[in-house]
Amino acid sequence: MSAEANTLTAKDFTSDQDVRWCPGCGDYSILKQVQTVLPEIGIERENVVFISGIGCSSRFPYYLDTYGMHGIHGRAPAISSGLKIANPDLSVWVITGDGDGLSIGGNHLIHMLRRNFDMNVLLFNNEIYGLTKGQYSPTSPEGKVTKSTPMGSVDHPFNPLALAAGADGTFIARSMDRDPKHMREILKEANLHKGTSLIEIYQNCNVFNDGAFGVFTDKKTKAETTIFLEHGKPCVFGENDSKGLMLDGANPVIVDLESGEYSVNDLWVHDKHDRFKSGVLMRCFDTPMPDREVLPRPFGIFYQEDRPCYEDLLHEQIAVSINRKGEGDLDALLRGKNTWEIA
Amino acid sequence: MEKTKSPETVRMNEERRDVTILFAGDSGDGIQLTGSQFTNTSALFGNDISTFPNYPAEIRAPQGTIAGVSGFQLNFGSVEIFTPGDMCDVLVVMNAAALKANLNRLKIGGTVIANTAGFDKKNLTLAGYIDGNNPLENNSLGKYRLIEIDITKLTREALKETPLGIKEKDRSKNMFVLGFLYWMYNRKLGPTEDFIRDKFAKAPELIASNLAVLKAGYNYGDTSETFTTRYEVKPAPLPKGVYRNIMGNQAVAIGLIAASRKAGLPLFYGSYPITPASDILHELARHKNFDVRSFQAEDEIAAITSAIGSSFAGNIGITASSGPGIALKGEALGLACILELPLVIVNVQRGGPSTGLPTKTEQADLMQALYGRNGEAPIPVLAPASPRDCFEMAYEAVRIAVEHMTPVFLLSDGYIANGAEPWRFPVSADLTPIKPPLRKSAGGEAYMPYARDGKGVREWVVPGLKGMEHRIGGLEKEDITGNISYDPENHQKMTLLRAEKVRRIADFIPEQALDRGSPDAELCILSWGSTYGAVKTAVKEMIEEGYSVAHIHVKYLNPFPKNLGDLLRGFRRVMVPELNHGQLVKIIRSEFLIDARPLTKIKGLPFTASEVKEAAVNTLEA
Repeated sequence: MSAEANTLTAKDFTSDQDVRWCPGCGDYSILKQVQTVLPEIGIERENVVFISGIGCSSRFPYYLDTYGMHGIHGRAPAISSGLKIANPDLSVWVITGDGDGLSIGGNHLIHMLRRNFDMNVLLFNNEIYGLTKGQYSPTSPEGKVTKSTPMGSVDHPFNPLALAAGADGTFIARSMDRDPKHMREILKEANLHKGTSLIEIYQNCNVFNDGAFGVFTDKKTKAETTIFLEHGKPCVFGENDSKGLMLDGANPVIVDLESGEYSVNDLWVHDKHDRFKSGVLMRCFDTPMPDREVLPRPFGIFYQEDRPCYEDLLHEQIAVSINRKGEGDLDALLRGKNTWEIA
Repeated sequence: MEKTKSPETVRMNEERRDVTILFAGDSGDGIQLTGSQFTNTSALFGNDISTFPNYPAEIRAPQGTIAGVSGFQLNFGSVEIFTPGDMCDVLVVMNAAALKANLNRLKIGGTVIANTAGFDKKNLTLAGYIDGNNPLENNSLGKYRLIEIDITKLTREALKETPLGIKEKDRSKNMFVLGFLYWMYNRKLGPTEDFIRDKFAKAPELIASNLAVLKAGYNYGDTSETFTTRYEVKPAPLPKGVYRNIMGNQAVAIGLIAASRKAGLPLFYGSYPITPASDILHELARHKNFDVRSFQAEDEIAAITSAIGSSFAGNIGITASSGPGIALKGEALGLACILELPLVIVNVQRGGPSTGLPTKTEQADLMQALYGRNGEAPIPVLAPASPRDCFEMAYEAVRIAVEHMTPVFLLSDGYIANGAEPWRFPVSADLTPIKPPLRKSAGGEAYMPYARDGKGVREWVVPGLKGMEHRIGGLEKEDITGNISYDPENHQKMTLLRAEKVRRIADFIPEQALDRGSPDAELCILSWGSTYGAVKTAVKEMIEEGYSVAHIHVKYLNPFPKNLGDLLRGFRRVMVPELNHGQLVKIIRSEFLIDARPLTKIKGLPFTASEVKEAAVNTLEA
């Protein structure tokens, strides 16, 4: 971190290109939060690289005055893997969406997570294909009526965070476009994490899937439908923090803190290092119903662990090899082990 | 059938110019190892040599069946050798299936060395000899010289004092064969003994057993007095210098490393395992002390896109595969093309389409390399001519990719990838320098990512350089600035600029030379890739016999050498032999309006020199 980097502002990270998302798109908020956070993080612009695939979200790199590559559909994690191996010192940010990252590029996403490259993945989830004008995506709920599913989707959706956990992701978080402050906090934490940080960001596509996350983002319902996780803090939610989560065996249950039966001290304390309990939180994935109480949708850092990064292990092997055999001697390599001379 | 002679017969040493041996047996019989050991020993002795391993796609195909036969053919001589030989002088068979599968490759009068233990009733039935009719006993091999040895029994005999189990003992019977052939061809055991000691360094009991069996095989020839003639193949009069033996895939790996060193850039190799390209990955992974970053990716697409990512960050991105894997890389090839980043794509071709013939050779991916992408996406294509030439062409592929900021295809194939020959290796100081158009320091003029130099090449700026931040991508970009542009005029301009950049590479490659013959010969045989040796041999023989024929071998297939058209127009007829259904011939016809004619073979096997010669003679005498 240089002194100069600290003096940069969001403007310094803004490129000269016109932003071309639809007016009102949730992507604007994400761009804004990233541009705000980057100067605070203090990494020099020249050491930041944004890599994207294809989709609305994947135009992202063009709008940041850093290094960047707009790749091909689904392949941003693979492009980034090569980039990170080539130069582990770069701060690499992968921009992807629910179609890009979970459908066509699903394979790369899981392998990036298990290898644990030190980079940050922003998965814009709008539960729809926006750039191709409105087909259902791998995160669209069952029954979703779209252009390609006029009778409703019969596809069972992915739970992106549970998928990431299944691939042994080391930093798994969720945020939303309508909560800028929360997103900035999570972005900063993701940047600090050494390893692949996956942030699923609920993002509203106001043209093809408007209000998909309204129940979580609308001020009127947000308190009851969401829970904001904080490491070491009890799982409290609801209007005036009136409710909490407890564990009944392996099942999360909602308790009322106003009835006098339970207090905050009885609640489940979030431990982001607890693989099992984090998994339970990731499975809090019910669709909110007006007539039935369901578990709130969690936001925040679900899980985090320290595990060596692929690029470090690879470069360690190179160093060990050089240490053992000496810096490669090209003439010795050309010559090989067995030679003969014809005089 | 020739059998045991009287013990009084005097031992003779007979001299041979060149000999072709085919080792054949079950895929678990250690045939490839036997063949490669004989190759190394003969190369060290100073023979010129060419080899052709031919093995089944299955790791352990059903034992004793024709499908499970593994072969290793080698041709060594006191003269220059260009192919592994058309027909064999000696056929070594470990079982009945090996005989049945390969007898048609043996010259009339040639020698069969048969392991009699592999001709029991079960093996005969598995090989499809009806009613257990044993070819060793029914005079059906009358046209050949037959040497029967119970190799299995003699191997067990040699190891009777060791504690090894029968299975382990039988595993070294290939050493008996090798020892016997070393005796037959007056070879020293030393190089193979060294190899055994090195290979089994961690299992001393296997060193002892393999050495014992190797010697037993040698002594069997020496003492059994069954064999009256030993053969001598003197060293070949190769150009002066220091030589080593090299296989095609190994030469590709070394060529890539050498080029990365000379370019001063780390080598990134993204690859997904596939036959017959995986050996390049294995070889590169061994050389991490050359700062080689080998990455076994999750799939073919990640293999190439990770390589593109590494090139963006200033490494030399390289990926390799074979036909089906290359098909998966298609979209990313277009990305590399429009980004204008260096990238080398090695295709070790095999029989297709689809999974096709994984372990057999073919040259049917030329059109795929030239055109197999969406949009106008020109990519330079190079093809090595032989195992040792893989070094030079891999080096050239990197040079062109880096100096011209473009993906480059290197079309090898299964035949040269696994084949071996002596190589008069260069010294590093003599290698052509490679100069990447890399901006190394910040400051100076503002960076325009798609501004071009006189060669039409853009400047390479990698992340980390202050003040040069820029974005590139797969969308069409505006000339010079690289900003997204959908402007019609700009798209046409950029398409032509990318094509022109590739076309101009012709100014930076060698002019086409005649390999042999006169530039006004009646017939020119135009070859590419691994058909080189067969065509060279055919043309050499034909010229010696007085035919008016010439040979041109093209290694740069896109762009072609500038003088290729003029050269070809000097001949009355042009014949293009290819292991496909006629691909280069179509390009030659359309590019130069020449009435070139195809000679095709699509059997998963290389041309023999005699096939080429016969077709050429027929053309001339038609």
